[in-house]
Amino acid sequence: MIYSDIAIAAFGVAVMVDLFVFKNSMLTRAAFWTSYAIILPFQLLTNWWLTSRNIVMYSPEAIIGVRICSAPVEDLLFGFALVLSVMGMWEFWGRRGMQRH
Amino acid sequence: MKQWSYMGMLIFTLCGSGWLEIVLKTGVLRRIKRAALSILPISTLFLIWDAYAISKGHWFFDREQMLGIVGPLNIPLEEYLFFIVVPLAAILTIEGVTTVKPHWRKGEFGE
Repeated sequence: MIYSDIAIAAFGVAVMVDLFVFKNSMLTRAAFWTSYAIILPFQLLTNWWLTSRNIVMYSPEAIIGVRICSAPVEDLLFGFALVLSVMGMWEFWGRRGMQRH
Repeated sequence: MKQWSYMGMLIFTLCGSGWLEIVLKTGVLRRIKRAALSILPISTLFLIWDAYAISKGHWFFDREQMLGIVGPLNIPLEEYLFFIVVPLAAILTIEGVTTVKPHWRKGEFGE
């Protein structure tokens, strides 16, 4: 369940960095959660495509074995960490005055 | 056509988010430097994870459903593009949301 372990760690690090390192948290903003609510169905759809067609396959030992829309549940943590950290960086550079508008 | 299976998902994601740039004028591509500096450091971390997972066999690919171009660290082209296209889609989404709901920009940049 090594994918599970790394996915949980990535999720935890992304959340901690957002809350405690970046001065302006995404997790407290309606704009973030609305964006994530839009992204999530698309993640489930594209993940379903990649996994149900066996384009991407997982070692049974790497995952906990729970699947959502054919994809390992770990993908949700991975996707959340990716989306949160990229949006956090986008916000970070804007805060520093880079290409705000 | 089969070898376009993974690439098709990337094109779908690009189109599904790219229209925001045109219709809502999110101006993300105009701010390419900020986008690149937001995406690349994060992508690098995730690609290191990807390379590790591929090398250990945590996940693997059906090469018949991919174009067959493999980059450094034994990572297929589609995976490299995934970590550009998906983060870009995320930025386009939040910029699209704040374009439609400008009052949600309150709190942006800590202001």
